[in-house]
Amino acid sequence: MRDRNILIKKGRIYTPEEGISSERDVLIQEGIIRRIDKGIKPGKAYVLDAQDCIISPGFVDMHVHFREPGMEYKEDIGSGSCAAVSGGYVAVFCMPNTDPPIDNASVAEYVYDRGVDEGLCMVLPHGAITQGRIGKALAPMGEMGSCRAMVRGFSDDGSTVTDSEIMRRAMEYAKTMDSLIISHCEDVSLNAGGQMNEGFYSTLLGLRGIPPEAEEIGVFRDICLAEKTDAELHVAHVSTAKTVKLLREAKKRGLKVTCEATPHHFTLDDSYLVSYDTNLKVNPPLRSRADVEAILAGLSDGTIDVISTDHAPHALHEKETEFDRAEFGMVGLETCLALVVTVLVENGVFSLEQALEKMTLAPSRIMRLERFGYKPEITEGTPANITVFNSDLEWVVDPLRFRSRSKNSPFGGWKVKGKVIHTIFNGSIVLEDMQVSPAGD
Amino acid sequence: MNPPEILKSGVSGPAKVQSPEANRPRHLLSIAELSSDDIIRLLDSARSFAEVSKRPVKKVPALRGKTIVNMFIEPSTRTRMSFELAAKRLSADVVSFTPSGSSLSKGESLKDTAKTIVAMGVDAVVIRHSSAGAPKLLTEWVDCSVINAGDGMHEHPTQALLDLFTMRERLGRLEGLKVAIVGDIDHSRVARSNILALNKVGARVLLVAPRSLLPDRVEEMGVEVTGSIDEALRWCDVLYLLRIQLERVSESRFPSLREYTLQYGLTQTRWSRLKRKPLVMHPGPMNRGVEIASVVADEVEPVITGQVAAGVAVRMAVLYELLGGST
Repeated sequence: MRDRNILIKKGRIYTPEEGISSERDVLIQEGIIRRIDKGIKPGKAYVLDAQDCIISPGFVDMHVHFREPGMEYKEDIGSGSCAAVSGGYVAVFCMPNTDPPIDNASVAEYVYDRGVDEGLCMVLPHGAITQGRIGKALAPMGEMGSCRAMVRGFSDDGSTVTDSEIMRRAMEYAKTMDSLIISHCEDVSLNAGGQMNEGFYSTLLGLRGIPPEAEEIGVFRDICLAEKTDAELHVAHVSTAKTVKLLREAKKRGLKVTCEATPHHFTLDDSYLVSYDTNLKVNPPLRSRADVEAILAGLSDGTIDVISTDHAPHALHEKETEFDRAEFGMVGLETCLALVVTVLVENGVFSLEQALEKMTLAPSRIMRLERFGYKPEITEGTPANITVFNSDLEWVVDPLRFRSRSKNSPFGGWKVKGKVIHTIFNGSIVLEDMQVSPAGD
Repeated sequence: MNPPEILKSGVSGPAKVQSPEANRPRHLLSIAELSSDDIIRLLDSARSFAEVSKRPVKKVPALRGKTIVNMFIEPSTRTRMSFELAAKRLSADVVSFTPSGSSLSKGESLKDTAKTIVAMGVDAVVIRHSSAGAPKLLTEWVDCSVINAGDGMHEHPTQALLDLFTMRERLGRLEGLKVAIVGDIDHSRVARSNILALNKVGARVLLVAPRSLLPDRVEEMGVEVTGSIDEALRWCDVLYLLRIQLERVSESRFPSLREYTLQYGLTQTRWSRLKRKPLVMHPGPMNRGVEIASVVADEVEPVITGQVAAGVAVRMAVLYELLGGST
């Protein structure tokens, strides 16, 4: 559908600079936005109805797990791409905890190429900081950075780099390579067998706790090292109040530190665990109400730059089991916008414009997505990477209808607001009327 | 102080679409979900069932034709036997399931194992499991009553019921009773269930342990905390000792068993100094010479075996409440 001209009719346009406009039409010719105006005549262009919708730059997710290579029974780049475009994403960054891990250029290029094959969105890998993600020896960041996948973000993800010396050297090296260190901050010695946030509810439920300090000590260490090395640091999935405070202070000191929060960490607190629903088992865990409030404050005052999903698919049998045997993680690509609208915008945490900035402009800047032709704007002459969504549409979450191969979401049955209607990736319609269009159609 | 409201009901956030409550089987999963009336009713009922165990023919036909499976995924002697005797004295058919040599040891999931067993026509599953929440999860998978016989560090509701039964029979009341629970509270489902149950019936609870053996923010469950067993001994009507495990030493929870005994053991010296002796209870099995001196253990033994006897009566009451009455 690349060559076809597309006319998006009657949507309100969001751009980070100007906010949300009144009703406009957007004409796309040969993959490029050519005209933005009122009442454009369709001519031969294919018309997408955007009545009551907002036309936004395509969403970007800095943190997903597509499980390929190695764990395709949970998700693969095909099913993950379908989930992504259903959620309005045109670019996703895959964490390297695959099997084999993304710790060299050939695996990075494999992931990148598989994304190109699927053709629904940009599937871009983050590389591992250390070889095998075991925290011993640095992975070849330079080679990964200069391969086709142009890897910029490096993270050992859930296997945090425990050795501070290695983390220091990784930051120094990453700085030289113009790379970004993405840290899952955790002092793992404080988290022996932990299943959920340590607090009143872990006491009540008899589940081993993961204290907030496990994260905060990790965050503090990584901020210290970033300050020493002048490296760029991105703190993944902020979950505690003190983490927000540490990051706020680090930013005030002018460090090159950014961070993200997930929809589940700004929506859910640990009181939900009374159900023992294993879909609520995530790492970092759902924290207390006070922590959730601090995350909302951090999103609102700009301390938290990015909203990422940490989309972590797991098969049914890995979740339909005893709580302490269940895997950590939940899927998130197909519910993110709805939770942003329902929890943040409707509750007045911030405006839709501010929310969209954290899903488009901020992550694309941090990841330098312009290298891949993505610009977080709807302007004439820009490649068409567009998400059209209805922020008033109410729907009930049904994980069985997710396009992701995995259904591990605790939001089943939730009545939410905000739904992605169309997604255009690089000039092609990849989601039309909430249906994924096969690539090359 | 009462446990927070959240123990009873739901949570905030966007509304969930509720499915209508059908005629679901009834369960006993936790003390948290019982009201004080529920507890008192079960204790009253247990008193009449206690009488059955004293008859020459220890059997009533209350649950004739019902089938109960004892699914003890974690080893247990007294609780398993107690449930088995309780079921048999109510004329139910009982099958016992142990994990060694079973499909679970061959890697079958708990869900599949439970569904397979229940498919054979089972009215109730009594489950003991090392994972907190396993009985609750079971209720989502099987269509029969589920009774929690101890799940991880979470709860052991029938133990708390038999403990309250014993206190009430021995001391004549529960309301206003001062109960000190001593030892490894953090790892103890018995402590959690007792704290909740005692709170509900108006007793006062004092926890006695070093901070390293207490769970986070335990005070919010409605208890007071002390580090001194001598202070507790001066205060309490009931001294409830928990079993202490050597493996907690390697977890740096306390320095050694010797140190534990010195600081928290009911030693002969402590016991003999007391003018007003509290009711001493223990869920068993006791570590003589660790949490309780052997001589003291012998002296208080009638109470502790009384707890065991009460266990059968209380479990009869629970089984009858959940399975009796319906046809």
